[in-house]
Amino acid sequence: MKITLDADKCCAAGQCVLIAPEVFDQRDEDGIVVLLDDAPPAEQHEAVREAAAICPAAVIEIHA
Amino acid sequence: MSEMSETTLSAAPAPLPVQPPPGCPFEPPAEFAALRTAEPISRISLPDGGWAWLATRYADIRAIFGDTRFSSDTTIPGYPLGGMTGGHTTDHRGFIRRDPPEHTRLRRMVTREFMVKRVEALRPEIQRLTDELCDAMEQAHGREDGAIDLVEALALPVPSLVISLLLGVPYDDHDIFQRLTGKLLSRTIPDDERETARGELRGYLHQLVSSKEAEPGDDILGRLIVEQQRTGEITHDDVVAFAALLLIAGHETTANMIGLSALTLMRDPESADRLRRDPGLIRGAVEELLRFHSIIRNGPRRVATTDVEIDGHLIRAGEGVVVAVPSANRDETVFPDADRLDVRRPNAQHHVAFGYGIHQCLGQALARVELQVVIGTLLRRFPTMRPAVPDEEIPFRTDMAIYGCHALPVTW
Repeated sequence: MKITLDADKCCAAGQCVLIAPEVFDQRDEDGIVVLLDDAPPAEQHEAVREAAAICPAAVIEIHA
Repeated sequence: MSEMSETTLSAAPAPLPVQPPPGCPFEPPAEFAALRTAEPISRISLPDGGWAWLATRYADIRAIFGDTRFSSDTTIPGYPLGGMTGGHTTDHRGFIRRDPPEHTRLRRMVTREFMVKRVEALRPEIQRLTDELCDAMEQAHGREDGAIDLVEALALPVPSLVISLLLGVPYDDHDIFQRLTGKLLSRTIPDDERETARGELRGYLHQLVSSKEAEPGDDILGRLIVEQQRTGEITHDDVVAFAALLLIAGHETTANMIGLSALTLMRDPESADRLRRDPGLIRGAVEELLRFHSIIRNGPRRVATTDVEIDGHLIRAGEGVVVAVPSANRDETVFPDADRLDVRRPNAQHHVAFGYGIHQCLGQALARVELQVVIGTLLRRFPTMRPAVPDEEIPFRTDMAIYGCHALPVTW
């Protein structure tokens, strides 16, 4: 799994951080998403997919 | 009445459904289920004589929220203002009534204040406030040996204290802003009375912001003044608009979710026991309670800025759309057995109770923590709490844009 972000679209709802805190974080200055791991291990995949599905601004893109 | 006007009347679409079915205060209006099947994009009439589209299916609602061709800008011709609470006038509007890039610029001035780690750091303080209010409830109950109004004693003070603290608004003034917010969010008072309340709230906040300009504190309004107003990014009026938006959004919503959630768990001892046995389930239960109650009952609203097709249905430029959040969250195609409260529902967090798209609730992390703390504490400390009056005597807020209970007398 490879993840890319379109952080310009991020509205800092923070749901990805709640769902997959080992993969996503928020920038201290404005809460915008930060990728901690762009190729997370298999045990994180389900949470990452869930984060991408829930993200209100469709920021998270998953490449198989 | 002439035959002509009778015909016109009967041809006018029905207004937005707002009444729960008789005797079922936790059910959304029954019309929604029928509309989802028969006419998922339908027309409603607005109190000002206009009309708007009403979206009732989950998929359509996510599509509308997620599509910036549907504008939140209340100044765009065709925006469905009729019956809108929170004030009619479009001047001095906050960022939720704007589009990108202005929406993005303004929202990002406050996003860090509500980010997950900032809010998690507040959890101990929220727990402390909750415990103090629960202590006071215990003392009052022992003293008076009667009913306690859970709304007044706990549901309103927790979010109200927290948002006052964060914004730097004196909590001692809470009777002022609660009274005015109550009018702003009323669906039943006349428009001019609502506008008067909006003017009063702006007047109060104008004075507050002026005093903070002289002496900005270490709080959200203080930081907006120092970092954004003094650098010329925003004006005094913009700070007032931020204050009004965050103050209203910060206490009415969570307060009503606390009251309704407490009541549903009192009436569902099986779920309450399960949560008491396994507090790890509370996070998920809060998502399910948000889905189940969907307290936003008078919108959100958008206007199409160009012709857009939603599920084969053409919405033309300049036409308004009202989104039925409670209907989306009871859509059986997404949430099987949707009318049942299931605290272990696997996909509860797919709800749109906070909206969806770029306008999704800014304070959602704070709302979640407040709900997790208060509900967990109530379950633990008051396992025998029950309503002190029959259901039909609980005043449900069918007159308000945000559903809940005006009061909730409880005993234990």
